[in-house]
Amino acid sequence: MKYVDEFRDPDLIARVAREIARRADPARHYRIMEVCGGHTHAIYRHGLRDVLPENIELVHGPGCPVCVLPTGRVDDGLAIAAQPETILTCFGDMMRVPGTQGTPLERKARGADIRMVYSPLDALRIATENPRTHVCFFAIGFETTAPSTALTLLRAKALGVRNFSVFCNHVTIVPAMRAILDSPDMRIDGFVGPGHVSTITGCRPYAFVVRDYGKPVVVAGFEPLDILEAIARILAQLAAGEARVENQYRRIVPWDGNAAALRAMAQVFELRPYFEWRGLGFISQSALKLKAAFAPWDAEVQFELPGVRVTDPKAAQCGEVLKGVLKPPQCKLFGKECNPEHPIGALMVSSEGACAAYYRYVHHGEPVTA
Amino acid sequence: MTILERAANGAIRFTDPQIEMAHGAGGKASRRLVEGLIAPIFANPILAPLADAAIVPVDGARVATTADGYVVRPLRFPGGSIGELAVNGTVNDLAVSGARAHTLMVSLILEAGLPTEVLRAELEAMAGAAARTGVAIVGGDTKVVEHGSCDAMFVTTFGVGALDGRSALDPRAVRAGDRVLVSGPIGDHGITILLARGDLELEAELRSDTRSVWPFVAALLETCPHAVRWMRDPTRGGVATALNELVRESGLAIALREEEVPLRAEVRGACELLGLDPLHIANEGQLLAVVAAADAERALAAVRAVVGGEGAALIGEVREAPARTVVGITPYGGTRVIDMLVGDPLPRIC
Amino acid sequence: MCLAIPGRVVALLDDQPLLAKVDVGGVRRNVNVGLLEDGQVAVGDWLLIHVGFALSKIGADEAEDQLRMLRAMGEDELAIEEVRGYTFADERGG
Repeated sequence: MKYVDEFRDPDLIARVAREIARRADPARHYRIMEVCGGHTHAIYRHGLRDVLPENIELVHGPGCPVCVLPTGRVDDGLAIAAQPETILTCFGDMMRVPGTQGTPLERKARGADIRMVYSPLDALRIATENPRTHVCFFAIGFETTAPSTALTLLRAKALGVRNFSVFCNHVTIVPAMRAILDSPDMRIDGFVGPGHVSTITGCRPYAFVVRDYGKPVVVAGFEPLDILEAIARILAQLAAGEARVENQYRRIVPWDGNAAALRAMAQVFELRPYFEWRGLGFISQSALKLKAAFAPWDAEVQFELPGVRVTDPKAAQCGEVLKGVLKPPQCKLFGKECNPEHPIGALMVSSEGACAAYYRYVHHGEPVTA
Repeated sequence: MTILERAANGAIRFTDPQIEMAHGAGGKASRRLVEGLIAPIFANPILAPLADAAIVPVDGARVATTADGYVVRPLRFPGGSIGELAVNGTVNDLAVSGARAHTLMVSLILEAGLPTEVLRAELEAMAGAAARTGVAIVGGDTKVVEHGSCDAMFVTTFGVGALDGRSALDPRAVRAGDRVLVSGPIGDHGITILLARGDLELEAELRSDTRSVWPFVAALLETCPHAVRWMRDPTRGGVATALNELVRESGLAIALREEEVPLRAEVRGACELLGLDPLHIANEGQLLAVVAAADAERALAAVRAVVGGEGAALIGEVREAPARTVVGITPYGGTRVIDMLVGDPLPRIC
Repeated sequence: MCLAIPGRVVALLDDQPLLAKVDVGGVRRNVNVGLLEDGQVAVGDWLLIHVGFALSKIGADEAEDQLRMLRAMGEDELAIEEVRGYTFADERGG
């Protein structure tokens, strides 16, 4: 596959790995955070930790929109599905996320009309094909995905489709990064920036990391060479005592972002004053809601939602793992009560959550040699 | 200790209050249902191995018998239909147990309202598959349930075959150094079905790989019967689940060389697009085998010489450690644990 | 987050100006190109695909520049160390 295989070239990977080893100061222990859950997943799937020197520790960041979705919001979505003549549509990622009364997949098995879609446009299509049924789209995701929801709503409005709504749970990445950086236990040396979020937002939003905290940010793609190159660039900055924002993902990320996408988002969304992030608590100006002009398509306006706040069991240490303070196996529930089949905490629910990725891809026992 | 003994000791308990879709997906949840609830209740020595087929002693001969249910939506898909699956699947369960199928019985559960033409087409598909594999359908049963009680038609086939005298299958004989062989590209069937459902609006030139794997088994038995330790047809749950079952039982490890696993471009494309792992995707016409290292190249050549086996490959090896784990290894030395499937593979966007 | 994949435009849909048929390894899907600023999409373009939308075009030159840079990575240091008579200490992964 073009634009994939070249960036998985084993010889080049070995070359960059050697360069990383050369640049890493053996007297130093580096903690580098990859913000985005997609990077966490890629690191594990491609076994990249095996080609890094021992003194580079990768810390998993909060960029997993499923992981940070509070259980109460899942319940709200399922409450919509329970309404008569209503179809709830959602991405595959949501189907196994537990609410207090079961996952969407389990509720579907018990008769709720819940359908998995690949695109919000598919949800809109289902609405136009079923005019007597209401179709609600459970929207999740960071800035990567929000423009697609925005365009879908603009289209729904333009077509005058009235039996369609969006339950909006889009969140934004910068406030989460700030929450990590402000955390007193935080000891991150540099950040691998979220490549696909940046395709929309551009690289400027990360300037605050340099300005206010003096840490390098390298916006990276998702193939092994992208991630390794980003780490090499972070090491170069650290060695030179520099801190700036770099764009490693130049073949895709424009420095100024995607103006059309940002315009669409501005037309449709506004920032909520605050929003709860599972594991991180309430963060101000961190999530999107539909503007008043889109009230007829806003599920929070059209439906009476329970809006109950559900707290995680105290034993689940998702917050500390999200902030990079704890590694997944250090949580007392990891691998025992909390595992991918029966996830208790947020980070086990999504396959890119730090705990799920660690559980699935890392052997929790003997070291694995290639 | 066998799985049944562990279950009797309470080591495997099935505590789910109700049956969910995951219990039928072929992965961890399915295993827990079988090992924790069903097998202990039926416990007996013939059942104990929990293999694809049961080997039953009959008057001094050893007869292999198996049963498999088929529920698939849509009924017809590129490359086949439920009829072909029902025949080939059962033939394959017997084949990977070292037995050549000769007889099938069929149970049909039909939904009231099913058009006769649809039933006729499936019966003809089954007859065709039976003729191709040299199997006789000698009896069966038909029930009709109310509209809405089943998805058009459910088919269960029961197969009987003669254990081939040359077969020396013995999972306990699997040892470090043995090689893993697959007869062809993986994931064709599962992705074909996913695309055929139409929800994802993806098009591709892909067909189910449904077919009998007996010709591959026969080639191995002809060439190096004593080298073949273990065989499976990796259906629901994919190659990853089948190999995980082997390492769980044997206590060994498998190192899979990911770039050696044969994969069609379209299956790869669909998996990359949807965030799926081809190793978890169902196959309906592939043989997975563990063969002794010394005979691995001969075994590979034998399978490749069979029509339809040209894409066979050696994809990994058995190791001592890490115990009970399947590990994927990239060309640059990266490693990852390849786990058993939990529920049905679901596309993701994150 | 953000599973997004490169795909090649194989057809433009005349009746639906915002849709392009994109090919990913032989699998094809119609993709909405409404997020592409100039909206000008041509057959043969490579796009980044996410949830049925194209988020960006892929720059062939930038991709090639990056690979070229990576191929040369470490060359200067290798050359210097050869001159000094060092051997490369760490062959990890090689």
